[in-house]
Amino acid sequence: MMSTSSFQTPNLLPAVPEMFVLAATCVILLADLFVRDDKKVITYLLSLATLVGAAILTITLHTGETVRTFSGSFVSDPMGDVLKVFVYLVTAAVFVYSRSYLIARNLFKGEFFILGLFGVLGMMVLISAHNMLTLYLGLELLSLSMYAMVALHRDSINATEAAMKYFILGALASGMLLYGMSLIYGITGSLDLVEINAAIKSLDDSQMMVAGLGMVLVIVGMAFKLGAVPFHMWLPDVYHGAPTAVTLYIGTAPKIAAFAMVMRLLVEGLGDMHVQWQEILIIMAVLSMAVGNIIAIAQTNIKRMLAYSTIAHVGFLLLGILAGTAEGYSSAMFYAITYTLMAAGGFGMILLLSRSGFEADRLEDFKGLSERSPWFALMMLILLLSMAGVPPTVGFYAKLAVLQSVVGVGLTWLAVLGVIFSIIGVFYYLRVIKLMYFDKPVDTSPLETTTDMRIILSANALGILYLGLMPGSLLALCVAAIG
Amino acid sequence: MISMSHFLILGAILFCISVAGIFLNRKNVIILLMAVELMLLAVNMNFVAFSHFLGDIAGQVFVFFILTVAAAEAAIGLAILVVLFRNRRSINVDDINSLNG
Repeated sequence: MMSTSSFQTPNLLPAVPEMFVLAATCVILLADLFVRDDKKVITYLLSLATLVGAAILTITLHTGETVRTFSGSFVSDPMGDVLKVFVYLVTAAVFVYSRSYLIARNLFKGEFFILGLFGVLGMMVLISAHNMLTLYLGLELLSLSMYAMVALHRDSINATEAAMKYFILGALASGMLLYGMSLIYGITGSLDLVEINAAIKSLDDSQMMVAGLGMVLVIVGMAFKLGAVPFHMWLPDVYHGAPTAVTLYIGTAPKIAAFAMVMRLLVEGLGDMHVQWQEILIIMAVLSMAVGNIIAIAQTNIKRMLAYSTIAHVGFLLLGILAGTAEGYSSAMFYAITYTLMAAGGFGMILLLSRSGFEADRLEDFKGLSERSPWFALMMLILLLSMAGVPPTVGFYAKLAVLQSVVGVGLTWLAVLGVIFSIIGVFYYLRVIKLMYFDKPVDTSPLETTTDMRIILSANALGILYLGLMPGSLLALCVAAIG
Repeated sequence: MISMSHFLILGAILFCISVAGIFLNRKNVIILLMAVELMLLAVNMNFVAFSHFLGDIAGQVFVFFILTVAAAEAAIGLAILVVLFRNRRSINVDDINSLNG
C-alpha cells in the first residue's frame, strides 16, 4: 500500500511499450484526419510502424525478470513479453492481409487500423494485468474496439446484426465476470491477484463457498470471451457476419490475450482453487471439442466452419490449462501461439481468394484451387493439415504437448477423448483439401493480390511447416516463459 | 441497521433482473441495452457495499472505472443499434435472425 502523504512516481519502465502504443495510436488518430481518402496507405504504414516499434521496445526492455509496478497492478514478466511479441506479429500480418480486401470494399479507412491498434493496447494491458481492475480495463478496451470493428461495414445487414449479438453477449460476459470479481473482492478484501491468492489460503468453509461462486462467475465470463461451449453461441454468428478482415482480427491475436487472462485470473489469482476450477474446465473442454468438431462438419460456409474449428481448438487449449502443471501451462501457451498463427493463415487464405464484390467464404469457392494457383493450394494444404493436427506440421506438436500434459496428471481418459474428437475433426479439414485438389474450379478467374500479401501468407504457412519440423525453439521459449 | 447482507441481496436481485431481462426479452433491443446497464449497476452495488464494510477504498475506485466503461459501452451499443435500425428498419429482437446455421 502506498502512503497517502507522499506520492512516489511509479516505475514506468515496464509499461513503456503500452505507453508507446497509446501515444502512437493517438498520433495516428489525429494524423488520419489530415490524410486524404486515396492516401490512407499512410495510416496503414504508420500502424505497421507502431507495431514494429512496440516489438522493438518489448524485446529491448525484456529482462527475463518479473517486475511489478503501479502498486502491483501491472506486471512485466517473460510470459507477458513473449505473448506480446506474438500479438504484434500476428496483428501486423492481419493488417497486411486485410489491405486489398478493405480497399475492394471501400473500408480502407483509418478506423480499422486505429481500432485495431487500440485493441492491441487492450490485449497488452490484459496480458500484463496483475490486478482485477487492470484486467477488466484491458479486456474492455479490447472488446469495445472489436464490437466497433464488427460493425465497420455499416451497410451490411449481416455485419450490423453480428455486431449487435456480439455486443449484447460480450456485455453479458463482462457483467458475469465483474460480478464474480466483486464476490472475490468481498471475500478476500483485495483486487490484487497476489493478495487474493494469499487470502484464499486462509478462508473457512462458508467463505470458500462465496469465493467458489465468484470463481464460477469469473469462469463463465472468461468462457464467453474464449468461446468455450456452452458459452460459444456468439462465435459462429460473429465470424460469419463480420467482414472477413475483421473476422481475421478477432479470430487471431485476441486468443493469445484470452489465454493470458485465464493464466492471470485462474492460475495466478485463484491457483489455490485448482481442484474446483479443474472440474469446470474439464466439462467445458470436452463439450468444446465435441461440439466444435461435430458441428463444423455440417457447415457450408468456411468462416462458420473455421469458427467451430476455433471452438474445438479452445477445448484443446483448456486441456493444457486444466492440467495445472507448469508443463500444462507451457503446452497451452504453445497451443495458443501456434493456433493463432494457423488461424491467421486460414482466414488470410479466404481474404486472398476474395475480390471486389465477391466473398470467398463458401466451401465451394475453394474448389479446384490447385488448378488456379498450385502454390497457394499447397499453402492452404499445410494450414489445414496443421489445424487438423497431422504431422509434420506444428498443429500436431501442439496437440501432442497438450495431451502429454493431461496424461501427466493422470487424466488419460480425457486425452483419449481429445484424440477421438480431433480424428472426427480431421474429416472437415480433409473435405476442403479434397475440394481444392480433386474438384473442378467453379470460378476460374486469376487471384488478384498484392505481392506483400503473397509473401507474408507464404511465410506464414511455411513458418507453420518449419515450426512443425523444428518445434524445439518455440517450445523451449514457452517453457522458459512459464518458468 | 442496514447490514452488508442487505446490500448484497439487493445487488443479487438487480443482477438477476438484468440477466432475466436479457434472456426473456423478445421485444426490443433497447431493453437489452438497459438490462446490460442494470447488470453493471448491480455489480457496482456489490463493490460499494464490500468497499464500505471492508474499509478498503479500492472497491470504490473500481466503481468509478466501471461507470466510465459503462458509458463507453452504452455509446458503442447505441451506435450499433442505430446502424442496425438503418439496415433493418426494426429493433425487434425476433427480427435479428438472418445469421443462423
